Amino acid sequence: MGIYRKKFEFSECPKPYLIKDGKYFDLKTSDFVEADIIIDKGIIKDIGRFNGDSFKGRVLDIVGKVVFPGFMDMHVHFREPGREDKETMASGSFAAAGGGFTSVCPMPNTDPIIDNQEMVKFIIDKGKDLITDIFPVGAISKGLKGKEISEIADMFNAGIIAVSDDGVPENNLGMMQRCMEYTSMFDIPVIVHCEDKHLSNGGVMHEGYYSTKLGLPGISSISEEIAVVRNIMIAEYTGSKVHICHVSTAGSVEIIKNAKERGVKVTCEVTPHHLTLTDKCIETFDPNFKMNPPLRTEKDVETLVNGMKNGIIDTIATDHAPHTIDEKEFEFDRAPFGVTGLETAFGILNEFFINKDILSIGKFVELLIVNPRKILKLDIPEITKNKKANMVIVQLDKEWTVDADNFYSASRNSPFIGTKLTGEIQTVLNKNKVYFR
Amino acid sequence: MPLKSRHLIGLEGISKEELEIIFKTADIFKEVLQRPIKKVPTLTGKTVVNLFFEPSTRTRISFELAERRLSADTINFSSSGSSISKGETLKDTVRNIEAMKIDLVVVRHSSPGTPLFLSKILNASIINAGDGAHEHPTQALLDMYSLREKFGRLEKLKVLIVGDISHSRVALSNIYGMTSMGINVSLCGPATLMPRELDKLGVKIYYNLDEAIKDKDVILVLRIQLERQKKGLFPSIREYRNCFGITKERLQKLKDDVVIMHPGPINRGVELDGDVADCKNSIILEQVENGVAIRMAVLYLLSGVESSLTI
Amino acid sequence: MKEHVKSKIMDENDLDRTITRLACEILEKNKGLENIVIIGMRTRGAFLAERIAKKLKDVEKKDVLIGALDITLYRDDFRTVNKQPQVQITDIPFSVDDKNIVLVDDVLYTGRTVRAALDALMDFGRPAGIQLAILVDRGHRELPIKADFIGKNVPTVYGEEIRVHMKETDEDDGVFLVSVS
Repeated sequence: MGIYRKKFEFSECPKPYLIKDGKYFDLKTSDFVEADIIIDKGIIKDIGRFNGDSFKGRVLDIVGKVVFPGFMDMHVHFREPGREDKETMASGSFAAAGGGFTSVCPMPNTDPIIDNQEMVKFIIDKGKDLITDIFPVGAISKGLKGKEISEIADMFNAGIIAVSDDGVPENNLGMMQRCMEYTSMFDIPVIVHCEDKHLSNGGVMHEGYYSTKLGLPGISSISEEIAVVRNIMIAEYTGSKVHICHVSTAGSVEIIKNAKERGVKVTCEVTPHHLTLTDKCIETFDPNFKMNPPLRTEKDVETLVNGMKNGIIDTIATDHAPHTIDEKEFEFDRAPFGVTGLETAFGILNEFFINKDILSIGKFVELLIVNPRKILKLDIPEITKNKKANMVIVQLDKEWTVDADNFYSASRNSPFIGTKLTGEIQTVLNKNKVYFR
Repeated sequence: MPLKSRHLIGLEGISKEELEIIFKTADIFKEVLQRPIKKVPTLTGKTVVNLFFEPSTRTRISFELAERRLSADTINFSSSGSSISKGETLKDTVRNIEAMKIDLVVVRHSSPGTPLFLSKILNASIINAGDGAHEHPTQALLDMYSLREKFGRLEKLKVLIVGDISHSRVALSNIYGMTSMGINVSLCGPATLMPRELDKLGVKIYYNLDEAIKDKDVILVLRIQLERQKKGLFPSIREYRNCFGITKERLQKLKDDVVIMHPGPINRGVELDGDVADCKNSIILEQVENGVAIRMAVLYLLSGVESSLTI
Repeated sequence: MKEHVKSKIMDENDLDRTITRLACEILEKNKGLENIVIIGMRTRGAFLAERIAKKLKDVEKKDVLIGALDITLYRDDFRTVNKQPQVQITDIPFSVDDKNIVLVDDVLYTGRTVRAALDALMDFGRPAGIQLAILVDRGHRELPIKADFIGKNVPTVYGEEIRVHMKETDEDDGVFLVSVS
């Protein structure tokens, strides 16, 4: 392992671009269209067939590559302010762009907590000049202490798109009810981390056969499912929008399915690692497989994948949670929870689901591009004339192996190191800025 | 190579043949321990470090004695808080120790997986002397060795392990080792101290001790950590003893030749009555004696370079 | 490694006669069996010790204490051999204090094995004396060790080895000079 970090470079686009000889994904027809795209000053000027020789600007020849609207990850941890050694807004946004994400939602459990207008402004200000759009999430209670509702109206006016208890799950149901009622005034979702702390009780991995074998304290499935039920019931009662983050168990999927059928305003997300890995991975005691919620069983993975296919799962979010190598080289039970995910998410979805015909491209686009923006009522970056250019150029058949030395993230705690993936993000265009791999 | 691995991390997956080699090697060292001078020069020039990140008296002394009787140079490193409390990571601590050129590392740590982690970053052979609630292979080896000595065989013995299975590395290592040797293993303890999906390891689970002990040849009693009561895992010491204690009255109802074992230290009058611990059925002191021979055997077998031992 | 038998040094009868002579020499030198114990070195030295003890009983009509010693744990090449040597159980069921020990082995070569055996015996107590009985002395000593009773001297050159066969562990009885390549 070297101390060298790959440098992320992006620049303003001074000249118009002609993206030529590729195909782009059209949201209206939900299919690829073979056409060239002209972009100027961050706006899609024209789509059609154009002559590159007479074009006054830069021509990007993308034969064999495809253009998608930029991906969105509504659940990341960028550690700034507080632990800039793990990730900053800048390094986090580089990781996002490297993974094709043009929009991200940093969670509020930083130090200090994002629980007031000033902190929200700080985050927005930090994100202003980056290539990624930063949509901050505010804390539901002051200091995430569960005692007083934070100034959600102020934060809403400053730019938050949701509130959340992620990282410090709110177990006081009265408090949760008041937060949901209050938040519903702004018609933004409450993003809930579902975990009953009395049930998870110091656990470090899924409770089951492997936790028994490895002698590690377990986090039961019901510690999540009971919290999912409670939060859904409160949302149903208060009529507010609730978004269940990082769903990990088969039971949770079933509960969410029932709630959706009843008409509860519930949405949910799943992470790439919960869709692909199981608790068996922990046999090596590698803390890069330690996250909360923990990796579950094969049956859970199967149910999550089905949920993703049939629409119960609304979106894929990475729960990108960087930690320094020193912390991750701790003993498994002492290491912090969390793994990075932004830079591997697309490769995983492409290699394990799209290539294996489990997920159609159309469904993938819904999960990673359309739905998160719908949940958060954000503009969907359609590739249409006069829209803002917010897009990624992908080489779908490019094979690569995950190597932490090549991460843009300031951290390297990925459970996928050494995994062979396909699909590489080659270019990102957003906010009149461009990144080339 | 007599053993498949040059480390002893646990007994999970160990074969019957490997266990036999360890037991036969222990026979040889048991003889050495009967001599007037209980020491052989075999490991002269080898250095063993005993890394104890968790307080331990018995296991550490037993290992140290085994090392000295093989003439190895030994270094002790004990730190109950682990040096992490000083801001140093385990990796740093251990790398420092390795820089001193060590051949074998005996490690005890409260975190499961620490020995495996060390085996990946160090060149020395690693012997697990207990990692959290994961494994304690030398304890299980000496338990089985003591039974082999007592019964002359291990196959088809009926062994009951009683107590806090959830937090017991002794139970887990014995389950792996004993099932490999063809021993019929059953477990008994409060449901709050019984981990999930244990039945997949090929053991039978009981919650009623009187029913469980009826036809058993051996009862291995585990130490109950009294602080578990404060965490609400069982209501009182009194009730624990009533339900799961091996009392004099319970012993009297058993086969005359039933064997009682305990890894120590005993909470007399809680999991095991004093009278039972000291009676003729108890082989608790033989376990301690055999511990040195087993640890000498393990140290010997892991210290050879490449070997082709057939006994 | 391939072995090729160059000559048969002793057949079954020769071996028996040599063992008889060794027993007689032991009796002669010690003027009987008073205070004598016999300890054979594993593997074949232990069988030789048993055969010598039987001869002694035939002559003296008295049982002599016998033991078996494994010197693996005392070898000086433990740290350098790349094969871990086979250890066998040492069985000396009596005190060696103040005894006259006759140490028995099949072949005497560098003397290192005998050195290890002397160290091991000292760990069992303080014998009055130790004598060495050897079936074949093939020379090339590296340590100042000399046998008290020798069955046969067989000078060897580089590449030659002595193989002693005994029915207790081999197919037949006999001593062979082999070349190793």
